[in-house]
Amino acid sequence: MAELVYHDNRLLFTEEMRQEYTILVPQMAPYHFTYFVDAFTSEGYKAELLTTDDYELIHEGMKYSHNDICVPAMLVIGQFIDAIKKQGLNAKKVALVITQTGGGCRASNYIALLRKALEKAGYSEVPVISLNAGGLEKNPGFRVTPRVLHKLHDAMLFGDLIMTLVNQTRPYEVNLGETNAVKADIDKALQGYFKHRRLFSWKRHKKMSQKIIERFSEISVDRSTPKPKVGIVGEIYVKYSPLGNNHLETTLEKEGCEVITPPLYDFFIYSFDSRAYDIKMYGGSKKEWLVLKLAIWYIEVRRQKLRKMLEKAHYAPGISYKKIRSLVDGIIDVGTHIGEGWLLTAEMIDLIHHGAPNIVCTQPFGCLPNHIAGKGMFKKLKKHYPESNIVAIDYDTSASKINQLNRINLMVSNAFRQLEEKNHERKV
Amino acid sequence: MEISCKLLYNKLEIQDKLGDSMEPLRVGIDIGSTTIKVVVIDQQNKSLYQSYKRHLSSVSRSLKQLLEDLKSALGHQPMRFNFTGSAGLRLAKAMRAQFTQEVISATKGLRHYVEDIDVCIELGGEDAKIIFFDGLNIEQRMNGTCAGGTGAFIDQMASLLDTDAAGLNAMAAKHTQLYDIASRCGVFAKTDIQPLLNQGANKEDIAASIYQAIVNQTIAGLSQGRKIRGKVAFLGGPLTFSSELRKRFIDFLKLTDVFIPEHGEVFVAFGAALEAKAAPQTIDEVLKKILEYRKQYKDSLRKTMPPLFESDEEYQAFIARHRRAEVKRIPAKTYVGNAYLGIDAGSTTTKLLLISEDNEILYDYYAHNRGNPVRVVREALIEMYQTLGEGVQICQAYSTGYGENLIKHGFNLDGSEVETICHYEAAKYFNPDVSFVIDIGGQDMKCFKVENGVITSIVLNEACSSGCGSFIETFAESLGHPIERFAQMAIESKRPVDLGSRCTVFMNSSVKQAQSEAASSKDISAGLAMSVVKNALYKVIRAHDVKEEYGSEILVQGGTFQNDAILRAFEKETNIEVTRPSIAGLMGAFGAALLAKKHHRNQPSTLLKTHELQQFNYQTKRATCHQCLNLCALTINIFNDHQRFISGNRCEKGAGIKVSYEDVPNLYLYKYDKIMTYEHQDRPYAKTVGLPLVMNMYENVPFWYAFFDTLKVNVVLSGRSNKNLYERGQDTIPSDTICYPAKLVHGHIEALFEKDIDFIFYPNMPFNFVEKSYANNHYNCPVVAHYPEVVEANMDHLDMARFFQPYLSLNDQNRFVNTMHKLLKDVLPTSKSQLRKAFKRGVEEYYAFRKDIQTYGEFALEYGQTHQLNSIVLAGRPYHVDPEINHGIPKMIRSLNVVVLSEDAINHLVDTPSVNVLNQWTYHTRLYDVAKLIKSYPNMSLVQLVSFGCGLDAITSDEVKRLLEEDRQLYTQIKIDEISNLGAVNIRLRSLLSTMGGR
Repeated sequence: MAELVYHDNRLLFTEEMRQEYTILVPQMAPYHFTYFVDAFTSEGYKAELLTTDDYELIHEGMKYSHNDICVPAMLVIGQFIDAIKKQGLNAKKVALVITQTGGGCRASNYIALLRKALEKAGYSEVPVISLNAGGLEKNPGFRVTPRVLHKLHDAMLFGDLIMTLVNQTRPYEVNLGETNAVKADIDKALQGYFKHRRLFSWKRHKKMSQKIIERFSEISVDRSTPKPKVGIVGEIYVKYSPLGNNHLETTLEKEGCEVITPPLYDFFIYSFDSRAYDIKMYGGSKKEWLVLKLAIWYIEVRRQKLRKMLEKAHYAPGISYKKIRSLVDGIIDVGTHIGEGWLLTAEMIDLIHHGAPNIVCTQPFGCLPNHIAGKGMFKKLKKHYPESNIVAIDYDTSASKINQLNRINLMVSNAFRQLEEKNHERKV
Repeated sequence: MEISCKLLYNKLEIQDKLGDSMEPLRVGIDIGSTTIKVVVIDQQNKSLYQSYKRHLSSVSRSLKQLLEDLKSALGHQPMRFNFTGSAGLRLAKAMRAQFTQEVISATKGLRHYVEDIDVCIELGGEDAKIIFFDGLNIEQRMNGTCAGGTGAFIDQMASLLDTDAAGLNAMAAKHTQLYDIASRCGVFAKTDIQPLLNQGANKEDIAASIYQAIVNQTIAGLSQGRKIRGKVAFLGGPLTFSSELRKRFIDFLKLTDVFIPEHGEVFVAFGAALEAKAAPQTIDEVLKKILEYRKQYKDSLRKTMPPLFESDEEYQAFIARHRRAEVKRIPAKTYVGNAYLGIDAGSTTTKLLLISEDNEILYDYYAHNRGNPVRVVREALIEMYQTLGEGVQICQAYSTGYGENLIKHGFNLDGSEVETICHYEAAKYFNPDVSFVIDIGGQDMKCFKVENGVITSIVLNEACSSGCGSFIETFAESLGHPIERFAQMAIESKRPVDLGSRCTVFMNSSVKQAQSEAASSKDISAGLAMSVVKNALYKVIRAHDVKEEYGSEILVQGGTFQNDAILRAFEKETNIEVTRPSIAGLMGAFGAALLAKKHHRNQPSTLLKTHELQQFNYQTKRATCHQCLNLCALTINIFNDHQRFISGNRCEKGAGIKVSYEDVPNLYLYKYDKIMTYEHQDRPYAKTVGLPLVMNMYENVPFWYAFFDTLKVNVVLSGRSNKNLYERGQDTIPSDTICYPAKLVHGHIEALFEKDIDFIFYPNMPFNFVEKSYANNHYNCPVVAHYPEVVEANMDHLDMARFFQPYLSLNDQNRFVNTMHKLLKDVLPTSKSQLRKAFKRGVEEYYAFRKDIQTYGEFALEYGQTHQLNSIVLAGRPYHVDPEINHGIPKMIRSLNVVVLSEDAINHLVDTPSVNVLNQWTYHTRLYDVAKLIKSYPNMSLVQLVSFGCGLDAITSDEVKRLLEEDRQLYTQIKIDEISNLGAVNIRLRSLLSTMGGR
């Protein structure tokens, strides 16, 4: 039995626990988190991704969290507690991991809420690990070493790459189910990829990426009937998590749309950049600023290579961070970086530029940053881009699904109408 | 209007018309949340047949009936069917039928009729929509989740006023004035209407105010910066049937050109018919598919829960167990001796109870207020006197509840008591060891915990959880079931549907969804019972384990608990067997009667006698109190032509009483007055800057005043907030769920532009001054920090070139100076050294201001101690000093002779470095700090003011509560929004004071 060690009243995740405990990871972005877990497993952690999608877990969340807190916190808490209660896990042998972003949004406090919930539910001996870039909380048994960091970086790149490929292929596949089958194959191959011992192997990463792109290119597709492109933007959890957004990606594809979800890496780069911005504007360590800027530069170099590869294979590659940052000039200041901040607005503009003026802006009910950068910017976007067709959907454990579907349907109907008009113009 | 079926031509004529055409007829079927509409059109787009029906609980059954009617009119010919409407979405998808989203259908229909429509407003049972036409560019919007249920809201309000939708319209036509009613959502509006009814306001005025609330909600929620003007079309049931609702829109928006289609209620179906392109089918083919759908969905309902009772034995045991807590009744005709009367004038019902010397019931009465509690009490009293024998002497009569004062004055009672105290008195009678009492009434929930015979914590619901009890009742009525039958149905349910628990607006939407999925009324009834209980447990009480936190001696009461389904749901969810007295709905009155007995002075009560009641005469008048800027809307109740009782007032001034405690310190009033002085009234300088007095400006205005004064620039403030100012800005608010303080910003900006200023200055400030070194960070909340961006993006009808919104932090002089230097270079060229000087003076002034507030805070603390007065730390945010935001609550507290402190006046006296959350917002750090100060002062308590929609307070409120409970102190929260139910606040504060002691 691992000894329970506390620091400042906080239960630590110790080296001993690392050997004995299973770390439970909440599902946030299905394309990415699978590989994150692979990366951690390959480093000797016992990690398990929670894929439960049972709506019962919402009740656990409601029971153990303040009901006015945003839905991501409620779902993550519910998913954890539900897993401990129902999956026959030994509560004395599990730890939880949660990302902690820092910044003025209440999301920085999820970890505190989670601890409170665990205590209430009688699991105060379950350590909670904070995964953060800002050095908010540290644990002796959970150290993000350079190698772990690099593996996470690779995992993130793969996640974005595969998400892009699936989104651009599946709506047009000839043999239904083929895209998903290819993805399953690749997932298996990637497990092996992370087990490799060598550290910075750019070549290996490049080769793997190339292989992935090739595998997707081999899927037979029929692109003769254009489909309306619909972008998904919004609060980071409900944007990616099917549990949070009632399987929005599937819903939209079923409605006959091609889905574009902007890359997750942009959000992380944005977080680094925001920190750097604050240092410059309001004071802070120059060294930290430099480290952040270097990290961004490095990541962007790697991403640029991937974008080139995608472009060569005739996929829409996406744009660079620098470019996306420049999109909000004259719309919203890049100083607005609470929550998703200006990035949310920038993603909408990027989507409009790339033929997807049809956008679902997702947010938890009562999300504070989205009042500003989401709903707050619709009018300005409409003014600059009259073709923009944006619908804001609130996600909440009590919201009725039919209301959401009805609004999405309105947006999709307009998307089809716009597409028709465009085709008509082209013919004329 | 149960069903209106209209054949525009007779059968022969139709056959005639069909004879020469090969093109099949087109059918549009609009399945909304409450009604189904069918329209059939011919080749020339002429309407041949139309029908309109409320589908009550079953969509598929009603649709089947409508189609069969259609078949008998049009026969077996194949037609093109097109579905539309929110409840039709799923059905059409499952049937693989054509479906057109309802807004698209409406647009289609409008385009067919008129070319030059500018805006279309469509209100339905569940959704509100606005369509803006601008050439080829069409912008369509639907309401957000919060603002759902317009039509359903009208029905509920009508039933609250004891009429139907048509009656409500007739009433509204006769109105003479409008009340302010919250427009955020149906639940908030109802919370405002209840007290108006209880105060005896005219139903006619309330009816019109309800319509006005719908207008405000539609505009605030949907216009989002686009002006509604030009030619406006009105569509949908409510706007078609209610001329007064249209009139409110027309008056408020000053419209001159309005288009109302002849059959507005079926207009969307008509639009869908125009769009019908599907392969022709006969009605029988469609009917077959509907039946398949029904079967399929019956089996696949996803969100269901276990039944309330697994077996009949379980149910019988439950019934037997609850038979125990009964109060004896004795005949009043033969009783001889003293009797004591309790009257509970609740929010929706009035209860009377007369007890004997031995606490037996002599007479009891329970009835709906039907909008006029005074009338109900009068009738009840007359009836009571008739049942009493000669030997009964009423010794003392007490009132309680919302209308306690009105009833006390109107009927000359001997006294009154806060309802919580009455309830505890009654609860003790049934279980002297009672540890927790929960009361769910029609409108409110109250619970309190008892430790060692003292009430230690009182929880009352906030607006969101209001009206759950009466919601079930009105809902049952709308389905045509009396509430008793509806409750019984829940007990028989095998698979209760999960309907969520946020509030009744959300529940209502979920019910609509369940209905469209063909859920039975039984399952919905059981689901609603579970929802109400979950709302109480997880939103109001906030308990994950009731037994552990509140003990197992639980007593449940209130009218809503007379519903066995709710009682069972409560026991099931908490796993505790509770006591429900047989008089669960009369507990307030029972407690009042017990108290009346306790305090009786052995002489007859002053209660009005039969003959006085016969001549009893009662009128109401309205007035506005002009004693201060709160402008309370007063209701003057006049009894017997001379006795007056005034309600609606926040303080004693409105009631015409002379004030005796002007000098009791009140930090909120002090601070607000102080802030108002930071302005150049006489404008000594050439240039003028306008500062919106909003959000964090309430904290920083001393800094900006000194800063600009040093630069020789006049500072002009946007002025005091009021409702009118809010309404001027409401059509540019982009997000309807944002907090009221943020919504007010729009009005302040409008006001500033009207003042003669050179530029407006409203900086984005993500960070605050560093106040306490142990805090993890010193952020502002996202909305406070970046609201200027929203102003710029949404108020572009104003001259945004004069709107300055730099990004600033006051923690670093150099960066500040550089930013300001760049910003001001055109409008106000200033040297950097001058800016540095101005910055320094700003900082000095800011600290001087803080010091002044703190000194006054210390004085107030001291004052409370030396005068042995109760003190309340009203803990909120700097902007909560705005009376439009706090609704005069500080004044109301003062009228209770209590010292009012603010969190920022005393947080310097204490440090709370150890909290269980990330302590990263400066204003919140103050909350945590003061929470730890409470225990050091006797007779001091903390009341947290929380603005609706404040996401951060979901975190702070829990933590402040924890910190207080650690020191065994009470935590009280008051939620405020556009409008606050001051009646409920009053009850809450008086309950709190009654547990505090002091003078």
